Amino acid sequence: MIRVVLPAHLRTLARVDGDVKLEVQGEATQRSVLDVLETKYPMLQGAIRDHVTQQRRPYIRFFACSEDLSHQSPDAPLPDQVVAGTEPFFIVGAIAGG
Amino acid sequence: MSKVRVLVGTRKGAFVLTSDGKREKWEVSGPHFGGWEIYHIKGSPADPNRLYASQCSGWFGQQVQRSDDGGGTWTPVGNKFVYDGIPGTHQWYDGTAHPWEFKRVWHFEPSLTDPDTVYAGVEDAALFRSSDGGLNWQELAGLRGHGSGPRWQPGAGGMCLHTVILDPTDPRRIFIAISAAGAFRTDDGGGTWQPINKGLYSQYIPDPTAEVGHCVHHVAMHPGRPGVLFMQKHWDVMRSDNAGESWQEVSGNLPTDFGFVIDVHAHEPETIYVVPIKSDSEHFPPDAKLRVYRSKTGGNEWEPLTKGLPQSNCYVNVLRDAMAVDSLDECGVYFGTTGGQVYASADAGDSWTPIVRDLPAVLSVEVQTLA
Repeated sequence: MIRVVLPAHLRTLARVDGDVKLEVQGEATQRSVLDVLETKYPMLQGAIRDHVTQQRRPYIRFFACSEDLSHQSPDAPLPDQVVAGTEPFFIVGAIAGG
Repeated sequence: MSKVRVLVGTRKGAFVLTSDGKREKWEVSGPHFGGWEIYHIKGSPADPNRLYASQCSGWFGQQVQRSDDGGGTWTPVGNKFVYDGIPGTHQWYDGTAHPWEFKRVWHFEPSLTDPDTVYAGVEDAALFRSSDGGLNWQELAGLRGHGSGPRWQPGAGGMCLHTVILDPTDPRRIFIAISAAGAFRTDDGGGTWQPINKGLYSQYIPDPTAEVGHCVHHVAMHPGRPGVLFMQKHWDVMRSDNAGESWQEVSGNLPTDFGFVIDVHAHEPETIYVVPIKSDSEHFPPDAKLRVYRSKTGGNEWEPLTKGLPQSNCYVNVLRDAMAVDSLDECGVYFGTTGGQVYASADAGDSWTPIVRDLPAVLSVEVQTLA
């Protein structure tokens, strides 16, 4: 069970409280986790990744286990602690703007 | 007794303001979607409980929210706006070719007859349509495919399609306006488009009378007289009496003819409203006095309307989609400011009262007249 922590605005949009728990079949990667997340919460489609290019939106970052995973391949395996559910996968909105 | 519902989009959320037909006491609901930019909210003329809201953010992109109960509850619907075919390029600010990129929805225009059909004017400029209540969107690509498309260039606010007007007498005719390409019209339901900019004169472009390139800020039409259009251009207030085939200036005695909003009285097709703004480099009212100007002669002769509006130290702006009129017997006029005030007049502009004073900067104002 993978735990995903969404930024506040996306929790509101998806109408969830706290962490989101996802069952991911096969290898857990950024792409596979986001695919499952967007299937379960279709309103998040386009809010984290561009609809067409599937690129991470510029003001979004992915953190886990005290590391910034944003620039890793979307198909790279996530850390074991994330796969085991002992550490969450953070989707973070940049601290910017007003 | 009739009611009015004012739909307000702001930089940090949406607000719904309701009153009875007297328009004296108001209930304020919101913020809806707190923290998000709400560029526009508009109700369906065919079902006033059906609302569409454009919700966007620099972080999370575009969302489209739909309400089926007049703004009480909302549901996110489709937000996938994909240009038809290979998007191609338009001009960037420096004149170089720049690929078309979707950024946000500036304006929703629901069908006059079908609550599930709605048009979306977007940045980078294009027109989309949904016929399933906003779940799916298809581009009317004939507009962007007009031969002039590669020459379109953004205005300071981005290359936005901000005005969509549906002709109530001819479902195939639609008017749109783009900053800074100009106005266009289709007579075949969106398949083909023609620029309708003859008579516009824009000193800030290389050819002041060019077919395209004019920074049109807003266009308004009285539904009972769909061949007559009124335009607030970057500079100049214009009118057309032939569905945009040609335009003539009607700025007349305005203190400045720069501005963003323009609207038409619900029952008097020759009565129009603008809010003059000092200049394109100083976006606030001239002399720091917030004045709506009304013409009862379709332009040229204008009178300032000041009762109830601040007449000193006022430095707000009124953005292009932030004025609306209701259709009660005595026409109500509403506008919102970048200072967060929404002003209402229940007497066609003779006097004004703020409904709210301290909202986030107002991006858009629409009003529904409810039975």
